[in-house]
Amino acid sequence: MNPDRMELVCPAGGFPALRAAVDNGADAVYLSLRGETNARNFPGLNFDRKALQKGIAYARGKGVKVYMALNTYPQPDIWAAATQAVDVAAEEGVNAVILADMGLLRYAADTHQDLTLHLSVQGSATTADALNFYHERYGVVRAVLPRVLSMSQVSQVIERAKLDIEVFGFGSLCVMVEGRCMLSSYATGDSPNTKGACSPAHAVRWIETGRGREARLNGVLIDTFKPGESAGYPVICKGRYQVGNCDDTIYAIEEPTSLSTLDILSDLLKIGVKAIKLEGRQRSPAYVGQATRVMRQALDACHANPDAYTPRPEWASQLAGMSEGRTQTLGALHRAWQ
Amino acid sequence: MKLSLGPIQYYWPRERVMEFYAAVEQWPVDIVYLGETVCSKRRELRAADWLEVADRLAAAGKTVVMSTLALMEAESERLALERLVQNGRFMIEANDATSLGLSQGKPFVAGPNINTYNPGTLRELRDIGAVRWVMPVELSRHILEGMHKARPDGLETEVLVFGRLPLAFSARCFTARARNLPKDSCELACLDYPAGLPLATQDGSGFLTINGIQLQSADPNNLIGVMPELRAMGIDVVRVSPEPEGTEAVARAFRGCIDGSLTPRQALDAMKPLFPRFCDGYWEGDAGMNWRESVSA
Repeated sequence: MNPDRMELVCPAGGFPALRAAVDNGADAVYLSLRGETNARNFPGLNFDRKALQKGIAYARGKGVKVYMALNTYPQPDIWAAATQAVDVAAEEGVNAVILADMGLLRYAADTHQDLTLHLSVQGSATTADALNFYHERYGVVRAVLPRVLSMSQVSQVIERAKLDIEVFGFGSLCVMVEGRCMLSSYATGDSPNTKGACSPAHAVRWIETGRGREARLNGVLIDTFKPGESAGYPVICKGRYQVGNCDDTIYAIEEPTSLSTLDILSDLLKIGVKAIKLEGRQRSPAYVGQATRVMRQALDACHANPDAYTPRPEWASQLAGMSEGRTQTLGALHRAWQ
Repeated sequence: MKLSLGPIQYYWPRERVMEFYAAVEQWPVDIVYLGETVCSKRRELRAADWLEVADRLAAAGKTVVMSTLALMEAESERLALERLVQNGRFMIEANDATSLGLSQGKPFVAGPNINTYNPGTLRELRDIGAVRWVMPVELSRHILEGMHKARPDGLETEVLVFGRLPLAFSARCFTARARNLPKDSCELACLDYPAGLPLATQDGSGFLTINGIQLQSADPNNLIGVMPELRAMGIDVVRVSPEPEGTEAVARAFRGCIDGSLTPRQALDAMKPLFPRFCDGYWEGDAGMNWRESVSA
């Protein structure tokens, strides 16, 4: 890869989204096979083998790479499905698999020596030593950083890490260190690690009451929305609660907001980030297409002249229109957020 | 079956920590995990203080293990970790991949914050040097049983049987946020909440506990009812996680169950006045917050 460019890695929850990403300027797409082997295990989402072949052919035809995410922590009952998914990835010739589990990394490294390995954000590696552990032990060549580090910490990690660093550039914001958040299973029984699902749809109930519209997750009241208030999907970390003896109801963990690094792309390039990932395999093809198009334009401008890079107002407004609660944050990259 | 005491998850004043461990010297626990696992800004005890506590507990016959931070972010934390790993006297409980990497080739415990979900990962951990793994708290009896049976030689299994569940860690400090303080000038607000800060839903139900950058369950997990089953499985170590009050009674209740001097029912009844409610849902593969009070005969 050209050292002065950051790869744009875009989500593909299905073939239409893959096509939208490819057509709008993705350098790579990431996707998954159906089932509990990936962290976006939602009904109607992801690829069967035939769709995978079609997706790979389409992406290849346009010079776009395909990565396969296999980033849950398979328990014994789905271990065979997980190793089979690694085998499928190798047989179909994906450009890399994105793994989190040490057992699966060992399987992939031993069984498919030509298969390129990336460490998923779910791998939860937040330091250069942690990343180098995965590099040295399994031959991992790229890692996606959890959204917990400040800009200067990301820079320090890159200085000492022996692999390439990918960071999230736009989309839903995980507030917790990824791969080690059990809030969803605590309330519902299903978590990203165990089932590939955070706040699974089967546990969500909307109830109209005199106080407003309640969003409940397996009975737990995550938020109450007054008439006219925009109601986001109930994830535990974006709910309103009471803390301590205080009667006020607050976003005790985080507001509904999206991560956007549009303003700091040239800084990310300068510290040595190698790839920018867009979140959203659960998003519509239209969303993926638009997010990809905006980030493609922004990255092209950034690559052409990093020192003069300034995001255009229309890019910012388009991304803002696609954001949760229509607000955006740099998340942990901006120290004051923490 | 051995009984262990997990690291203190909260931030207590130095005096309180010293008094707590002075008392622990007399408690019927076999293994004591020490150290700060949540936030590196919590420095009431310095590294040398922890080693001094460790020496005293070791002299009282306890096996001491030094636990590491679950979320590593700063360079200073890595340097402290390197010194801890090289302490030369006490084994480490690794709680993230940084400490796994630094512990390679040495005997260590793979803590509850290492993602160990299948026998393939157990083999990896043993190969790196682990002598014990602690089950991630969201796994069920069914998964535990299979993994324990499939564990490689030389790897013990430990299960958290009592304590608020460590559910999530963040770069953000939720205690500071609740006080409208930035994390970088948090005024060490956690010192004001020796049992964390309760978070309730809008209908007044206790849901979570805020503990700095960590979120815990509202209520302690309690597996006293299934102690006979854990013993029948051959689980090597059961862990009690410290609370500011009642921990000695809890440890004695579990010890009574291990020794056979108390039935699970008697032990549970001894604990009930100390805590308003418990949870145990993960054990059956359900939502972790549930409490079904299953007590095996």
